[in-house]
Amino acid sequence: MTPASAVSAATGDPENWTPLLEEAAREVFELMLNSSLTRSASAKQEVPGITAMVGLAGRLCGLLSIRCNRKTATLMASKMLAMEMSEADGEVFDAFGEVGNMVAGNFKNKVPGLGDGCMLSVPTVVTGTDYSLHSTTAVPAIELHLLFENLLVSIALQISE
Amino acid sequence: MNSISALIVDDSSVMRKIVERSLRQAGMDLKQVLEAANGAEALGILNENLVDIILCDINMPVMDGLEFIKQLPTVVNAKGVPVVMITTEGSEAHVVQAISAGARGYIRKPFTAEQVKEQILPILAGKP
Repeated sequence: MTPASAVSAATGDPENWTPLLEEAAREVFELMLNSSLTRSASAKQEVPGITAMVGLAGRLCGLLSIRCNRKTATLMASKMLAMEMSEADGEVFDAFGEVGNMVAGNFKNKVPGLGDGCMLSVPTVVTGTDYSLHSTTAVPAIELHLLFENLLVSIALQISE
Repeated sequence: MNSISALIVDDSSVMRKIVERSLRQAGMDLKQVLEAANGAEALGILNENLVDIILCDINMPVMDGLEFIKQLPTVVNAKGVPVVMITTEGSEAHVVQAISAGARGYIRKPFTAEQVKEQILPILAGKP
């Protein structure tokens, strides 16, 4: 059994995880940011600028990442804290990392059999414009492109083999 | 309800603020809110302060929430102080682990102020 099929046997078909990931993200934004997410027709970020990453290890190994530009991340932090924030500083990075952490945690709790057998790392936030995420696996990532206050937010779940 | 002192333990300062806001939205009169970024820091704070309730994350660097609860009985000031976990680790195994270790309640992130109220008010009222 390949690692990918082992994951599938234990937790259901990863191809069916896209709606669960979207639902997990929607709940986080609705409950913690008081905002709705809608599907985006475009996946093109002007300047991504900021990425939060949360590692998953155990029954499912992989990486959940959430990307947007700094303006979007600042708005997320403003919504979370219910206060105006003007620039992407440490508090914005902290808030953005927590959004990634909650989406990852909420997602794994929705996948049957995954909650107990999968641990999350603490979130890591990377800023800048000239970087790429490279996976060592051939399994394609589950990707979602959503609009938060009409601003693009991309969420990807890369499963490791 | 009398005013209470709370200790909020989370490695995210943003999340600590959100938990505090949720407590206030839940109608709690907070006379003092203490904050710690991990379990070890929280034990240090409890050595010098009395609180009525502790709200604690699980996944934290230095000392995680489960280890913190296990070490809590060593702190005289923490005797009988209820601990409520607030965490993304919402699996049944984690809930069982936390309750076995001594937690009185468990709130999954993301959460609402209403959920915080439902969990915490009965605990503060002394209900099992």
